[in-house]
Amino acid sequence: MAASAAVRTSMGLTLRLSRLIPDCSTCPFYRLKSCGNSSASLQRRGSFDSFRTTNRHLQTTIGLCREEDSSTAEDPEEVVNVVYIDRSGRRIPVKAKVGDNVLYLAHKHGIPLEGACEASLACSTCHVYVSDAHFDKLPEPEEREDDMLDMAPMLQETSRLGCQIVLTPELDGIELTLPKITRNFYVDGHVPKPH
Amino acid sequence: QRSDVMRTWRAAECSSCPPVRNHERLQTAAVCVVGGGPAGFYTAQHLIKDVQVDVYERLPVPFGLVRFGVAPDHPEVKNVINTFTQTAKHSRCSFYGNVNVGKDVSVAELLRSYHAVVLSYGAEGNRSVGVPGEHLSGVYSAKDFVGWYNGLPSCRELDPDLSCDTAVVLGQGNVALDVARILLSPLDILKKTDITQPALEALAASRVRSVLIVGRRGPLQVACTIKELREMVTLPGTRPEMTPSDFEGVKDALKDLPRPRKRLTELMMKTALERPGEKEQERWNSASRVWGFRFFRSPVEVLPDAEGKKVAAVRLAVNRLEGSGEGAQAVRSGDVEDVPCGLVISSIGYKSLPIDAGVPFDSRRAIVPNSMGRVQQVLGLYCSGWLKTGPTGVIATTMNNSFDTARSLMEDMDSGKLDVSAEKPGSLRIRALLEEKGVEPVVFSDWEKIDSLEVRRGEARGKPREKLLSVEEMLAVARS
Repeated sequence: MAASAAVRTSMGLTLRLSRLIPDCSTCPFYRLKSCGNSSASLQRRGSFDSFRTTNRHLQTTIGLCREEDSSTAEDPEEVVNVVYIDRSGRRIPVKAKVGDNVLYLAHKHGIPLEGACEASLACSTCHVYVSDAHFDKLPEPEEREDDMLDMAPMLQETSRLGCQIVLTPELDGIELTLPKITRNFYVDGHVPKPH
Repeated sequence: QRSDVMRTWRAAECSSCPPVRNHERLQTAAVCVVGGGPAGFYTAQHLIKDVQVDVYERLPVPFGLVRFGVAPDHPEVKNVINTFTQTAKHSRCSFYGNVNVGKDVSVAELLRSYHAVVLSYGAEGNRSVGVPGEHLSGVYSAKDFVGWYNGLPSCRELDPDLSCDTAVVLGQGNVALDVARILLSPLDILKKTDITQPALEALAASRVRSVLIVGRRGPLQVACTIKELREMVTLPGTRPEMTPSDFEGVKDALKDLPRPRKRLTELMMKTALERPGEKEQERWNSASRVWGFRFFRSPVEVLPDAEGKKVAAVRLAVNRLEGSGEGAQAVRSGDVEDVPCGLVISSIGYKSLPIDAGVPFDSRRAIVPNSMGRVQQVLGLYCSGWLKTGPTGVIATTMNNSFDTARSLMEDMDSGKLDVSAEKPGSLRIRALLEEKGVEPVVFSDWEKIDSLEVRRGEARGKPREKLLSVEEMLAVARS
């Protein structure tokens, strides 16, 4: 039950942070009764999720909206400019602040960076490539991070786990690329370990 | 008029409407996923952005190997359950447990009722060692042993005999290391996990003091990964015992290894060849339990005791390697050695089984033949997870694999290869069919009752949860 309560909390935060509640009266879909949020469809689906289902970029990983990360800081010394590059190569600039966690920041901005183990160094789903210019500015990974990085497909020299990167002023301009999930899966010839 | 409106609003500011991507057609598209484990849920997660997804699961409880495979002392790996829960509770997702696809409902019926069916039911069988004596008492597959300590209902009666001194684990992958670690972990650690109570009691009474982890090939071919090896090396109350000569020539190979293999090999070499630091030496001196890798050994027979019913020893053939790296082959040298033991656990791989005569199945590779998740011979049929690629990989691997299949499916819907224009009855029809057979699905809110009870029971014992151990109990709580 804690999980479901947490789901509701994080969904609520997501609604406040990432949505503008629309004025439906101006929408042709509403007027044509084709809107997914019309009362008939709400009955069909259940009203709880009506707005949530329509945000295509909604991150379905839980617990990743942290109120304290709210990037409304105007102090220029606090601002850290970050660019995420998604799997299709699209650049997504984000204005973050010092202290933000790269994984949670991605979730807040709808970037599809998974965090299966919720930042506990028990998976490699938040694997990112860090821009060359900033890679050396990061503190050395602890042994446990290196162990999990070893499991990540398509490991590169600048690979890090996003959940372990906390933004500092000197990381301004950092670019974080999501590794492509290729159809061929392990193009570097690596064979996954049997279980 | 509708399509004009859709074109006009393609770049709409109104963000409450679904993205206009065949919006109208996809509104009614319904997909069925067979299997409620990581593959099923990750596939569903990707699909619910656009379509309705119904997840069918044979057991009353969801999450598959996350619940029944991941070791009890790896709770962080299970955090992914929160993600899956979010997916299950999404308005476009429905979970139906207690439904046996292949028995209660056929895949053909699912294909008739949904626009697409994704098979994600994983690998419930295991590869057999194929040696005489394999069926003696005291010999188990790792799949069953792990299922036993993790509360898989079908493994409830396993009752392994832990009164012997030595256990031999065949295989050197992560599951083999999980088994060794659970056999040798201090009770103080185990009693705070979600390991089942009967297993905890059996392990408390266990006399197993030595675990040998046996592999056909050498240190450079072990299938386990560094996190699990590190856990064995640092396991309280234990010390490692390896054969230094097994590592001849390994040091020279280090420089050419890719990083993951290199770090793993370095740790193994350090453990086998270097003198430990002072603290570690102290720990090793006071250790009452021992474990070690036995390399270059293949089982050829399980030898019985005097009465002929129980295992008394394993006969191992000695190998040498031909070739190097991942492709190295183990070749018999002609020597054998017998290792006395009272417990043999074979951890040489899981295996998928065919679910339904209507589904193509490659019995050699034990997978459903597919191309990027599409089952070529059957339009509308897909697969994801271990059923698609074979039983290898961790949760992250399955995640990528499942997203790939979901992408193939969405491509086919977009391109029209899958015709989603006609409405399909989906769960309405399937539930009617099930009702005729007297099968009552367990929906997600029913699972939440089970979940809540398990957590409450666990609290009383200082454990994250105390699992229900039988399908009957689970159904009783679900229906309460």
